[in-house]
Amino acid sequence: MAFTESVGAATIDGLAYVGGLARITGGAAKALFVDPGRVRKLFGRSVHQAVSVGIEALPIVSLISFFIGLIFALQSAYQLRKLGALQFVAAAVAIAITRELGPLMTAVMVIGRSGSAFAAEIGTMKVNEEIDAMETMALEPVRFLVAPKLLAMMLMLPCLTTWADFMGVVGGGTFGVTSGPFTWHTYFLATLNALVRRDILTGLVKSVMFGVVITAVGCLEGFSTGLGSEQVGRSTTSAVVKSIFMVIFVDVIFTAIFYFAMPD
Amino acid sequence: MSTELISKPQDSRADGGAAISVRNLRVNYGEREILHTISFDISAGETLVILGGSGSGKSTLLRTLVGLEKPSGGEIWIRGKNFAALTDSSRDELLKKMGMSFQGGALFGSMTVGDNVALPLREHTPLDESTIEIMVRLKLDQVGLSGFENYMPAQLSGGMKKRAAIARALAMDPEILFFDEPSAGLDPIIAAGIDELILKLKKAFRMTIVVVTHELASAYLIADRMILLDKGVIVANGTTAELQKSQQPRVRQFLDRVPEPEISTELDYLQMLTGEVPPLRR
Repeated sequence: MAFTESVGAATIDGLAYVGGLARITGGAAKALFVDPGRVRKLFGRSVHQAVSVGIEALPIVSLISFFIGLIFALQSAYQLRKLGALQFVAAAVAIAITRELGPLMTAVMVIGRSGSAFAAEIGTMKVNEEIDAMETMALEPVRFLVAPKLLAMMLMLPCLTTWADFMGVVGGGTFGVTSGPFTWHTYFLATLNALVRRDILTGLVKSVMFGVVITAVGCLEGFSTGLGSEQVGRSTTSAVVKSIFMVIFVDVIFTAIFYFAMPD
Repeated sequence: MSTELISKPQDSRADGGAAISVRNLRVNYGEREILHTISFDISAGETLVILGGSGSGKSTLLRTLVGLEKPSGGEIWIRGKNFAALTDSSRDELLKKMGMSFQGGALFGSMTVGDNVALPLREHTPLDESTIEIMVRLKLDQVGLSGFENYMPAQLSGGMKKRAAIARALAMDPEILFFDEPSAGLDPIIAAGIDELILKLKKAFRMTIVVVTHELASAYLIADRMILLDKGVIVANGTTAELQKSQQPRVRQFLDRVPEPEISTELDYLQMLTGEVPPLRR
C-alpha cells in the first residue's frame, strides 16, 4: 500500500512538474510569437541573452567537442583496426557526432553555463522580492525574463550544435590524419560521403528541443526558489540535475521518433 | 474583545470616497488562515498606517492589497473596481496607478538606478528616451537622489536603496502608494529622513498612502489613521489620537510597548541550575 501510494505521489509530482514546464514554455512562447508587444525591446533583451548563451559558450564548446571527436575516433579505431577498416573512422565519427554527441554534449555544456545561470538569476530576483516588484509594476515576469531566454536558446543551441559538429569532425580528423590513413582532404571527403542530410537535421531538431527544455527547467527552478539565499544554491543545483535528466529523456523520445517514424 | 474602535463598513460595496475598500477579506497560506475576515476602508488622499507585531499578518495584508497574494474569501475594491474579478489587462491598468516600495527595496540588481526608475516608463508608456531621461532625473530629485542615475543598486546604502525604490514606485505617477516597512533596518536619522519623504509626497501629490510598519514613532508622524492588526484580526481602527486614547488592552500593550508575558521565569533558571528541571511549560 505504502509502495503504491509513493509511486502514485511521485507520478503526480512528476506530471505536475511537466505541467509547470509546459505552462512556463507556453507563456514565453505566447509572449514571443502570439503577442510580442514591442518587438524591438524583446529583440534587444534576446540579443543580450544570445550573446551570453551562445557567443560566450563558443570557446568551451569548441574545445570539448574537439576532444569528444578525438576520443571517439580513438575508441572506434581500437575496434576498426582489428578488422583492418581504419578508413571507416571518419564515417563513425561523423555519424556519432552529428546525430548524438554534438547535440547532447552541447546541451550539457549549455546546461552548466546557462541553465544554472537562469536558475540563479531568477532565484536571486525571487529572494530579493524583485519578481514581486515586477508583478506590482504590471510587468509579467515570464514575458520579461523567460521569453528572451527562450528565443536566445532556440536560436543559439542549433548554432552551437552545428559548430560542435564541425569541431567534433576536426577532432576525429586530427586522429585520422596523424595516426590513420587520411589527409585532411580525404578525411573531410569521407565525412561528407558518410553523412546524409537527415543525420544533421535530426541533431539540430533535437538541439532546438533541448534549448526549450533547458530554458524551461532553469527558469522554473528559479521561480520556485524558496526564501533565503541558500535556496538559490539549491535551485541552481536542481536546475542542472533536472535539466540533464530532461534533456536525455527528450533525446530518447526524439531518437525513437526518428527511428520508428522516419525509416529510410 | 472590545470593538470600540472598529468602524463598521457602511455598505457591502465600495463607496465613492474610498480609494480602497476591503470587505471580509480572508487569506490563507495553505491550510493556515492568516487574515480572518477583515474589513476596512481607505479614503482617497489618506495616509493609513497598518501596525502590528511580527506574524500579525500585516505584510500579508499589504501583499494581498497589491495583488501578490490571492484572497481565499472576501473582496478588495480599489478605485471602485473589484480587484480579484478584473481581467488581466484591466488589472494591469489598475496596477499602473499603484506604486509599491518593498522592504528591501527590491531594485533590479542588474540595472542602474536610472534604468530601474525608467523601466515602468519604458514598458508602459510611448515616451521617447530623452523624455524618460528627464522624468527619471525628476523622480530621483524628488527623493533626494539626483546624480545617482548611473549607480548600481549594490553601490547604494540602505537608506538610498529605499529612496531609489520610492522613486521607482513614483515613476508612473501613481494614485496609491504602498510601503512595506519603510524604516526597517535603517538607523534613526535615515529612518526619519524616509518618514519626512513620505510626508513630503503626501503633501505634494495628495496621494493615498498605505504604510505597513511596526515603528511607532514613524507611525505617529505620518499616519492620518491607523489600523492595529493582531493575529490576523483588526483590533483597532481609528485616527492617531483615537488610538492613543484607547483603553483596549491589546492596543495599550502595543502602543506602550509592554512585552508578552515570558514563558519561562527566573525561577525556572534557578531550578535548572539546581538540577530540578521543571516540565516545559507551553
